[in-house]
Amino acid sequence: MSDEDPMIEIKASFFVECEELLESLQDGLQIMDAGGTGDETINVVFRAVHSIKGGAGAFGLDQLVRFAHQFESVLDGVRSGAITANRNAISVFFQSGDILADLVRSARDATVADVERTQSVLKELETILGHDSNEVVEDEIDDFQPMFLALDLDLDSSVDERLDTPEQSIPDAPAFEDGYTINFVPDSALYISGNEPLHLLRLLREMGPLNVICDTSAIPALTDMDVEKSYLSWTVQLTSDEDQGAVREVFDFVADLCTLTISDPRNREATATPLPPLPQLDDTTPQDEPSMSPKATLETSSNSPHPQKMAPNTTTIATADAKSGTRGALQSDQPRPTVRVDLERIDRLVNLVGELVINQAMISQSIQEADISANSAVSNGLDDFSQLTRDLQDSVMMIRAQPVKTLFQRMGRIIRESSAMIGKSVRLKTEGDATEVDKTVIEHLADPLTHMIRNAVDHGVESPSDRLSAGKPEEGIVTLSASHRSGRVIIEVADDGAGIDRPRVLQIAVEKGLVAKNAQLTDSEIDNLLFMPGFSTAREVSDLSGRGVGMDVVKSAIIALGGRVTIQSDPGNGTTFTISLPLTLAVLDGMVIDVAQQTLVVPLNTITETLTLAQDDIRALGPLSNVIKVRNTFVPLLDLGAELGYRSPMDSYIGAIVLLIARDDGTHAALAVDAIQDQRQVVIKGLQDTFGRVPGVAAATILGDGKIALILDPVDVVTNAVGHTRTAQPNLQLAG
Amino acid sequence: MIDIEEKAMAAEIELLTFQVGKQEYALDIMSVREIRGWSKATPLPHAPTFILGVINLRGTVLTIVDLADRLGMGQTKTSERNVIIVVHTGKETVGLLVDAVSDILVIKKSDLQMPPEMSADSNQTFISALIIAEERMIRILAHAAALPSESMEIV
Repeated sequence: MSDEDPMIEIKASFFVECEELLESLQDGLQIMDAGGTGDETINVVFRAVHSIKGGAGAFGLDQLVRFAHQFESVLDGVRSGAITANRNAISVFFQSGDILADLVRSARDATVADVERTQSVLKELETILGHDSNEVVEDEIDDFQPMFLALDLDLDSSVDERLDTPEQSIPDAPAFEDGYTINFVPDSALYISGNEPLHLLRLLREMGPLNVICDTSAIPALTDMDVEKSYLSWTVQLTSDEDQGAVREVFDFVADLCTLTISDPRNREATATPLPPLPQLDDTTPQDEPSMSPKATLETSSNSPHPQKMAPNTTTIATADAKSGTRGALQSDQPRPTVRVDLERIDRLVNLVGELVINQAMISQSIQEADISANSAVSNGLDDFSQLTRDLQDSVMMIRAQPVKTLFQRMGRIIRESSAMIGKSVRLKTEGDATEVDKTVIEHLADPLTHMIRNAVDHGVESPSDRLSAGKPEEGIVTLSASHRSGRVIIEVADDGAGIDRPRVLQIAVEKGLVAKNAQLTDSEIDNLLFMPGFSTAREVSDLSGRGVGMDVVKSAIIALGGRVTIQSDPGNGTTFTISLPLTLAVLDGMVIDVAQQTLVVPLNTITETLTLAQDDIRALGPLSNVIKVRNTFVPLLDLGAELGYRSPMDSYIGAIVLLIARDDGTHAALAVDAIQDQRQVVIKGLQDTFGRVPGVAAATILGDGKIALILDPVDVVTNAVGHTRTAQPNLQLAG
Repeated sequence: MIDIEEKAMAAEIELLTFQVGKQEYALDIMSVREIRGWSKATPLPHAPTFILGVINLRGTVLTIVDLADRLGMGQTKTSERNVIIVVHTGKETVGLLVDAVSDILVIKKSDLQMPPEMSADSNQTFISALIIAEERMIRILAHAAALPSESMEIV
């Protein structure tokens, strides 16, 4: 510890905290966007920005502080009612949120943020501020300090009202003669954590005339002085019509680092020593606690911004529920105690449980083999044991699961940026953002989803003029929804655009030679042409999509996750892409097959069909290969046993079972196997750790009898296939 | 006291000796994780012959190397009597198939002899040192060379 910079650790937790704050910022903005104007909502947003600013100030992240400050000033105006949060303003807020996120990340990764964009958004914020509140803040920005509220808080209504309980509002704070008497005795810890009483005093000065008396009586003789101790204390007389909450807020970040007494002329009982943590001040001090726990409350009035709901299919806060009242929506998210755990520990637990499941299967099998009666105590105990392991497995998988909300929020940003780039007005509607998916799935889903969202904005939603003439509102809507369905996660990307222009898709496919000229294709076959490699419908290549990366890449990314993607289009009403994913990457639906006395698992999603070959189906092709006829197309026949080097090609494949494997380019290949045992879920075990990559093998799994079965990568097998399915000359066989 | 013991420890190593083919080999016992009986391995496609496949070692996938084949002494005819020595080196864990485990020897480090230079013998690259114990010559295996990933590169 001693040779490490403790600041690095503190800083790291600050950035983790920032991510959470940014998330609640987004939530709040979405509620505002959906028409919610509740005080709590604005407060959540304001608090998030304020806390980021405070922390950033402590770490000297000037750029971040400057931007956050400006943003905060505007939000403060909204809070006080001086600025109306209209459509335009909220759109600027969203952009500001994006910039804030950028700045946080660039500060974290020590990269350079987009200065130009930051400046332009800063200008827009200034415009809002300038027009609506007649406040000039530019001069403050130059030498801005962390705790410095540059905006003159001309907030007439009480802070109580804004922060906590609107019901208790004091319409207009009465003018009073007595000021506040504030006794402020900083602890040494206050200085150690980098706070500066001067800034606090300056802040107080913003509130009204200030009389500061510094008590130097505690200062010892110079020789006895400990440089790290705190000796000074201040007595401050403040004349202000701010209420006590506002005054207390100044000491927000140092609340537990000092002894503070505030005597309030209006409310004598409000004094307390030391300062009890007021509920609304719960978002304590980013810069003085190294171990900032995940915040249970950012804002007590609005409670936790992180919904921890397990229930799938719940349409939560941000958009859909918003209309039913922001207050209700927010209150439904009760804060729940959470623990932050190292992902590695969870993975270890997941592995252990996986082993337990295998072990349990092995015991079951040996008890069966031992011919013990099903009514015996052992068998009954084993049934309970199986049930418990299954429950345990489910619970452990749930720990790794995360709501898709963070992913959806990122997509909101993609929509804003991409629609702005091509001059369309598109908004994102999200549903079921509390749906939980395995963390790894979420990570791997970001790229394909980004691409699909861009496609929806670029190709799906029509231009504003086209929309108006089609009798639709000018603003297009892209709906992103997530739900659980029969043990899988369904994610839908739907736009309300014109749908797929099927004649045009077909025309392009014919032009590009992807389909025969007079081929008769069904609507869904035409729609699926979009997934063909090298297909792009954009009439002109735009900045947004059409970079040569098409839907085929999206499709292969989804398939790599063990998922499927389908497309439905309703001409005139839009297109829906449906992604179906396994709940976790730790298990896989597989077909258990036998080949050359070996048991192998083939991922179910790669198999399109299974067939038993009849004599008519098999045709010779060249001296060593066969093809089979599947509904008027010829598909190469491959012997899986031979391709894996387990045996030489068989004499005859009549009666053999083949699996039809779809390749990425849409063509098929047939893999001959000896027998199909079963379809089941298997736990994936990596091979990479102990062995390099094995061609044709994706991973391994452990079967009920404790044996290892390899999980095939059939597409890889097909791609690298030799294709010998006829008995060759001995010398050729050796070479193969 | 402790000092003296530590010094003694440093000067001596413990070796696990075992039979491969008709020869006697040894490994530093600190790298040996466990010794287990033979169970049938799942073969890996396109693997060199000395890689017998993978087995399930309490939930992890363990690669099995036929040490006799790897050392150029022909493939082992596996039976119940064979033994798998699970060896862990730095980053990898691997199972070595041997004929039988013999003994644990405590050897002074000063008794280790460098193997004679015979570059033509591929076997020799796998031997890091030789010792004489009870009139027998025991070959100390440079186990890193027998690991599947490295040996894959050699092949």
